[in-house]
Amino acid sequence: MILQQIPANPIYGYLPIVVFLIIALLFPLVILGLMKLFRPENPQPPKLSPYECGVDPQRDARERFSVRFYLVAMLFLIFDVETIFLFPWAVIYDRLAIFGLIEIAVFIGILIVGYYYAWRKGALEWV
Amino acid sequence: MEQLFFVIFAGIALIGAVNLLLRRNPLYAALSLLTTMAALTGLYIMLKAYFIAVIQVIIYAGAIVVLFLFVIMLFNIRAVERQTDRRGYLKWLALPFAIILIGQFLYIVRLFEENPTPVGTEIGFTEAVGRKLFTAYLLPFELTSVLILAAIIGAVVLAQKE
Amino acid sequence: MDIALEAALKIAVILFIVLTFLAYLVLFERKILGWIQLRVGPNRVGPWGLLQPLADLLKFIAKEDVTPDTPNRVLFALAPALALVPPLMALAVIPFGSTIELFGRKIALQITDINVGLLYVFALGSLEVYGIILAGWSSNSKYSLLGGLRSAAQMISYELALTLSVAGVLIQAGTLSLSEIVHVQSGYYFGIIPRWHVFWYQPLGFIIFFIAAVAETNRVPFDLPEAESELVAGYHTEYSSIKFAMFFVGEYAAMFVVSALATTLFLGGWTGPGAERVPLLGVLYFSLKTGFFLFVYIWLRGTLPRFRYDQLMQFGWKVLVPMAFANIFISSALALWR
Repeated sequence: MILQQIPANPIYGYLPIVVFLIIALLFPLVILGLMKLFRPENPQPPKLSPYECGVDPQRDARERFSVRFYLVAMLFLIFDVETIFLFPWAVIYDRLAIFGLIEIAVFIGILIVGYYYAWRKGALEWV
Repeated sequence: MEQLFFVIFAGIALIGAVNLLLRRNPLYAALSLLTTMAALTGLYIMLKAYFIAVIQVIIYAGAIVVLFLFVIMLFNIRAVERQTDRRGYLKWLALPFAIILIGQFLYIVRLFEENPTPVGTEIGFTEAVGRKLFTAYLLPFELTSVLILAAIIGAVVLAQKE
Repeated sequence: MDIALEAALKIAVILFIVLTFLAYLVLFERKILGWIQLRVGPNRVGPWGLLQPLADLLKFIAKEDVTPDTPNRVLFALAPALALVPPLMALAVIPFGSTIELFGRKIALQITDINVGLLYVFALGSLEVYGIILAGWSSNSKYSLLGGLRSAAQMISYELALTLSVAGVLIQAGTLSLSEIVHVQSGYYFGIIPRWHVFWYQPLGFIIFFIAAVAETNRVPFDLPEAESELVAGYHTEYSSIKFAMFFVGEYAAMFVVSALATTLFLGGWTGPGAERVPLLGVLYFSLKTGFFLFVYIWLRGTLPRFRYDQLMQFGWKVLVPMAFANIFISSALALWR
């Protein structure tokens, strides 16, 4: 960006991101399209079957799987929300000083109780 | 320029939302929701709510829709598809709820038209959000942690039942 | 329009340089792994194997692109693109240097400096999981599905530690803009020790960040999704040709972004002696620091065995997350005392 012309409105800082998004989306599309011209195409039924070390696949690949994955996603979502609150706090911590420390100690303190509960209940185990 | 961007983002959001409703396969529905969330990010940036915009991606696109995908994959997707039309009568409830929602929405828009709040260029910055959150809205902030605590306990209990 | 045009030019230049760099990173990885195992590594294509990346590219182009028998052909083609786009877009906010003068114009060596730069990188990082999870699902193969799910669960778990570990840096820098975080770290304490965050109050945060970053990019010793001995190639078992190349480039681009971010947050970015006056020196410092992290990645790969999956998940949730919480309290107390 040209320094002398930096606009006062910070929204213009996002224009390059839109440009980048367009380029980044076109990039894989162009590659996929162009490469179609070069490569051979010779599909055969055994080639197209899912790889299982040479054995013919039995049953569907989409089976039910462990509830652990669901629990991890759930806990991640919850802690992620909490993490987000730390960002505006950390950025203005200088101005909040001791007050800020107490505020966040209460906030995280309550959450550590929940973390401890999940730990004790075995939600963080993976067996 | 600004209007062009608004139309594009709003259009993508609407297409994603409509697609979400029309899709039979829950996996594709979740991906339509993702599209809508991405377009909303653009709208937030245009409203100068930069912090909210990135949060929108991190929380909604990066965590909530991922959770949806996990849940959809957790259950055998074909079994879920077969059950979709079991409670057909429920869709008639949608109409009154939609009317209430639209009414609320119009009311809020009217409210802001009558007394518009002045918006500075820095209102959406992370610092500005923090300053408000940790002074004027401190109590709601601390109460959020109790809410999150309840969510943790709920998630753990729910997963252990199954 | 002027801004958009200039941005497009900058993006093209940076993408070209970074992608070429990544192609050679793969060569160096193979060389270094060779040396670690007392081999010579690739040395047939060109002198010292320097044309190897080109040969690899030609091979990726010329190979048949097999789409397996799956009900989700569109998703199968979409997944590699979803894995490639977020790490490339994260380059938009990385400060590669200060400002240079070209044709009488001052040009910042950063595509755009937004106020929420750090969160922007994390937001894109949180989207990386989609390419992997959808690749696993759409391949209609058991190995792919298991690999994709494992990978997704691993990435979200370590993402938590990664995000928590930077809170300490933010307490000291007081901003989310990456170029300002670099500026905060310029200068020296006692005349010799640079004011990098890794030395000043954030060594713990740095360690957590780097471990979580290695796990987040699915690299050894956290490369469970691609555990060859149990899952063949994990989520990209069914991918071939250019689509496989897109996953490959996406993974290396993510490594580059994470290394550049570690440099920016903890090692003072492009700062160094004389970097303010000679901007190209700043670019050199930035490349050296980022290259150091990339070397450590390869070094780890040549040295460490792989974790077991339950160990990996427990390490993330029971060790890194509590450490990151502790780091937040230590940093905020220290900031108060200072």
